[in-house]
Amino acid sequence: MAFERQHILGLQELTAEEITLILDTAESMKEVSERDVKKVPALRGVTVCNLFFEPSTRTRSSFEIAEKRLSADVLNFTTSQSSVVKGESLLDTARNLEAMGASMIVIRHPMSGAPWLLARKLDSSIINAGDGSHEHPSQGLLDLFTIRQLKGKIEGLKVVIVGDILHSRVARSNIWGFLKLGAEVRVVGPPTLVPKYIEHIDVKSFYSLDKAVDGADVVIMLRIQKERQDSEFFPSLREYSRFYGLNREKLRNAAEDVTVMHPGPINRGVELTSDIADAPGSVILEQVSNGIAVRMAMFYLVASARSSP
Amino acid sequence: MSILIKGGRIIDPSRNFDKVGNILIEKGTIKSYPEDIKKLEKDSAVKAIDARGKIVAPGLVDLHVHLREPGYEHKETIRTGCESAAAGGFTSIVCMPNTNPINDNASVTEYIMLKARTEGVVNVYPLGAITKGENGETLAQIGEMYEAGCVGVTDDGMPVMNSKVMRHAMEYVKAFDIPVISHCEDLNLSGNGVMNEGDTSTLLGLSGIPSASEDVMVSRDITLAELTGTHLHICHVSTVGSVRLIRAAKTRGVRVTAEAAPHHFTLTDKAVAEYDTNAKMKPPLRSETDREAVREGLRDGTIDVIATDHAPHSEDEKMVEFDQAPFGIVGLETALPLSLKLVEDGVLTLNEMIAKLTHLPSAIINVRKGTLNPGEQADVVIFDPGQKVKIDRERFRSKSKNTPFNGWDLKGVVLYTIVNGNIVYTKEPLKNSGSK
Repeated sequence: MAFERQHILGLQELTAEEITLILDTAESMKEVSERDVKKVPALRGVTVCNLFFEPSTRTRSSFEIAEKRLSADVLNFTTSQSSVVKGESLLDTARNLEAMGASMIVIRHPMSGAPWLLARKLDSSIINAGDGSHEHPSQGLLDLFTIRQLKGKIEGLKVVIVGDILHSRVARSNIWGFLKLGAEVRVVGPPTLVPKYIEHIDVKSFYSLDKAVDGADVVIMLRIQKERQDSEFFPSLREYSRFYGLNREKLRNAAEDVTVMHPGPINRGVELTSDIADAPGSVILEQVSNGIAVRMAMFYLVASARSSP
Repeated sequence: MSILIKGGRIIDPSRNFDKVGNILIEKGTIKSYPEDIKKLEKDSAVKAIDARGKIVAPGLVDLHVHLREPGYEHKETIRTGCESAAAGGFTSIVCMPNTNPINDNASVTEYIMLKARTEGVVNVYPLGAITKGENGETLAQIGEMYEAGCVGVTDDGMPVMNSKVMRHAMEYVKAFDIPVISHCEDLNLSGNGVMNEGDTSTLLGLSGIPSASEDVMVSRDITLAELTGTHLHICHVSTVGSVRLIRAAKTRGVRVTAEAAPHHFTLTDKAVAEYDTNAKMKPPLRSETDREAVREGLRDGTIDVIATDHAPHSEDEKMVEFDQAPFGIVGLETALPLSLKLVEDGVLTLNEMIAKLTHLPSAIINVRKGTLNPGEQADVVIFDPGQKVKIDRERFRSKSKNTPFNGWDLKGVVLYTIVNGNIVYTKEPLKNSGSK
């Protein structure tokens, strides 16, 4: 099949076939990353702008490396250097970048839906690098990629997502990705952070970590935003960690070959204890390198969709 | 000049009147319902309007309009807001006090009244703020605003959270026999919510406003109305819980009335699906269950009237991130076709629909409008309920175009709007258009 999308805004819109195509393409991109000369000319002459309205070291670096390995010209635009502080609207900022020749815009924004606004109004291809509490599709894809590589398949796996489901864009992208490829998805966290409506899309919700990880093949730990503890969602990080932090003991009922993932950065001792984060079976660093391959695949497919008649 | 409206189906629910006939307007008032019009037709001083096959009704009355002037003239002015009203068939509108400065004292009220008299083509009735600067703490100059022309007080947009202040407001207005008009919302429960809390908000990752945010305040205000005996009017009812609470209150005789907005009986929160900021308003579009409850409330009379909550915002303000966009949509020029859809769907009869847009809202603010009784001021709308229309926001008279209904195919076209005996809006029918 050919990839026909001009934008990648979320995994909710993608079909299982499209997701699989991205993962398959990422396999060959990973091969590029393992060569001595880690570069192919797929995006030569294409200007890609990384438009970041939130601080992010790893996602931005990962996108930038992916762009450079595809030979794109890269323009980095972050809020601290922009006219946004002067009150320029998002749309005006993006239109200016487009006028400078950017034909692909990677956007990270603290508000849900910001990439949709650009996709509706601009000619450029928009790649969502995380919008508010909505989606973080490249993270979802790289998690799928990592698990597929490790377990050979996604279908039939029991996947547990732990933490602040309400505010997590990683959770939404992972939920859609794993559901579409046939996994069983469970979410668990304090009831204030697990919206009841999530069950309406075939996700099972739990308030007990022990029950949720029973038989789990994959456990995805979400980062807890420390500022949440001041907004009445839970009493303290200590209490959060006691009930929803992962340690060896709580993993005892999971599958023997359970994989623990974390999108990073980790609050050690809160979401995860170090014995899990640094364990030999941990894929947390593997996730980081897979991220580059998956992002290369996203650019590659969107670029080919743009150039096909 | 005199106007003779010939051969229309005259529907005046204020008198249970529904007959084909003629109306003669003279010196700004409804003069008579002449049967023999031969003489009048020959009189060159009488302008004749052929209304055969059309509905002739009292001019529509909207209890909930944001005219934005003074202070936000880039969104709307009293002049453009009135023109928008006239184009929608409205002849009387009630304007909200959340202007800048806020209408919390008689001088602002007088300014609005003066502007409306000199520039407005429809009747404008201001509402005063409940508290000074809508701060929720100290009562505004309610008595003086009443003397200057305010027909009620409201906290629209900035609910009075302090129940004691609300109690005092309800007691105080009894001296003037005006209603307290309440935007029921618990601001703590709403938090930083931008749309209805539910499946859609969860998937979009947008902060939700639970329906409980409305329900708890409807409950509080009904309780206070019961305590004080004051007439409480509840704005833009949007939830199944509110409808239930209001129905129960009416059953036990509490002086409570309520309105619903066309967007709440037409749309659900699914309209937000692609982060459309023209589907962002307060209260937010709710679930299908809520929408059905609002329609049932309209049908059984729990909800007395239809009011637009016309809330103009400029394109620049709306074309931003969903979280950043202001709440509100324009409504004056889409209210009639959307209300006629209720008739088509069998929720209301045509007469009930007209009642909810004419004499029932007039009664809530205690003004003699919404009737075609001989001797009353001639405020009349003539419309064709069957004529098809494609909503085109570029043709709105309103300064703002923020509507979720752009491009919708509906039925119902206003042909003439007459205020005080003057034709303030006409739609010249195009050739080959119109229904039989």
